[in-house]
Amino acid sequence: MVGSCSKLKEVHLTASLNRLRFLGLVFLCLLATTCLLATSHLALAADDDFILVQSTTSTQNSGLFDYILPKFTEKTGIEVRVVAVGTGQALKNARNGDGDVVLVHSKGDEEKFVAEGWGVKRYDVMYNDFVIVGPASDPAGIRGLTDASRALERIAEAKALFASRGDGSGTHKAERRLWKRVATDPTRASGEWYLETGSGMGATLNTAVGKQAYSLADRGTWLSFANKGDFEVLVEGDRQLFNQYGVILVNPATHPRVKADKGKVFIDWLTGAEGQEAIGGFKIDGQQLFVPNARNLD
Amino acid sequence: MSDFSDAFHTALGLIVTLNHDLVEILLLSLRVSLTAVAIASVLGFVIGGALAVYRFPGRGVVSAVLSALMGLPPVVAGLFVYLLLSNAGPLGVLQLLYTPTAMIIAQVVLVTPIIGALTRQACEDLLEEYDEQLRSLGASPTAIVVTLLWDGRYRLITAVLAGFGRAIAEVGAVMIVGGNIDHVTRTMTTAIALETSKGNIALALALGIILLTIAFAVNGALISVQRLAKRLAYA
Repeated sequence: MVGSCSKLKEVHLTASLNRLRFLGLVFLCLLATTCLLATSHLALAADDDFILVQSTTSTQNSGLFDYILPKFTEKTGIEVRVVAVGTGQALKNARNGDGDVVLVHSKGDEEKFVAEGWGVKRYDVMYNDFVIVGPASDPAGIRGLTDASRALERIAEAKALFASRGDGSGTHKAERRLWKRVATDPTRASGEWYLETGSGMGATLNTAVGKQAYSLADRGTWLSFANKGDFEVLVEGDRQLFNQYGVILVNPATHPRVKADKGKVFIDWLTGAEGQEAIGGFKIDGQQLFVPNARNLD
Repeated sequence: MSDFSDAFHTALGLIVTLNHDLVEILLLSLRVSLTAVAIASVLGFVIGGALAVYRFPGRGVVSAVLSALMGLPPVVAGLFVYLLLSNAGPLGVLQLLYTPTAMIIAQVVLVTPIIGALTRQACEDLLEEYDEQLRSLGASPTAIVVTLLWDGRYRLITAVLAGFGRAIAEVGAVMIVGGNIDHVTRTMTTAIALETSKGNIALALALGIILLTIAFAVNGALISVQRLAKRLAYA
């Protein structure tokens, strides 16, 4: 009995030695992976010839960046990495120093951003316009109205569904301004006929189409949007629907890691003759999506 | 409903032509998720094994927290890692935000509790069976952990697969810490989210089909390894 027990112990010891070896091997493999990962990251970090642009879903979803950025990279060798979020989040991320340049569309917020010392200077880049889209059946009868605020008022009166971004983005802020002009607070009916999606432009349009709800969209995203269903542009051309984009260099005095030189090269290009021409040349189905209007054309 | 048939056609087209962008995105997804799962496995095995064997005050609470963290929303994990890695955060100096490494870190945070909790459960089950025998051999707690992990290796593969499923499928965390930057941090799931928001429903669905196929292949490979090892062990 004693003998067999010690025999068992011996077997067990050899086995646990094997196990230790096995686990050691597993551990080494993982260590190697981690090292590999670390070096691959270092390799990436060494290649820092890029700038980070905090921008909006409307510019990315429209395909503008895919069109103009390769032209810039080809000329300067500087890669542009775009993080596309709402204007509110883009400015917030830039306040944290997570970005070199912001390209957004909410002039008031942009000027505040610069005034508070987060950004160096704001430049106009381009504009397009917002449109009110809705189902062809147009239950609130807004088709052809020239006053966008009046159109929203009618939607409210008819309690027709309206899908709002609800995410503090530039588009959302433009929509809030329109409601304000007719002294209507749609959020009181939030969840009834006023639907705040809290998502990007495209996601909100998907919701609008799915629920047959009206929505406010920037023309760029609308034109390139592929899931329109029977939706149409119902209201356009109001001066209130003007949508100005601005570009700002994040302040290197506040955030020393900002790549100010490369960021400045990008801003100069974007607001200069070449960048402006590239923006004007971006078309979908023959329609120009953005109108360049930088003032330092030279 | 034409979106469904469109999706299958698009998926097939993308696969047959070995679309360059698709391959790049797919490889990044696999690289990020497999690395995260590998790291989370080591952490999870150690934490889970230790929780099953060592007796210390607060052990029950730690186990409960670990199990609860299995339900950690990816967006929350993403925000947590974002705040750490942001230039305004404590680890900003590492300059990891908006890199694949940041995505790996976020997924490790997400997956470790899953593998850890499942490992603890597997080890505890085995410990009930072996407890007397191991104690009679006078094995040290560390030796017991090693023994349990080894004997439970087939069950641990299931834990690893659960972790991989979570990692490859999540979009919230990688979107926040990676930024969905084209050619840098765009993965399958963030690409699907992007195409959906562009209204390209068929393309988004096609990418989903491809992602599922890959996940299926990875699962199949691991389960085959498991079967083969079992057969060899008992042959």
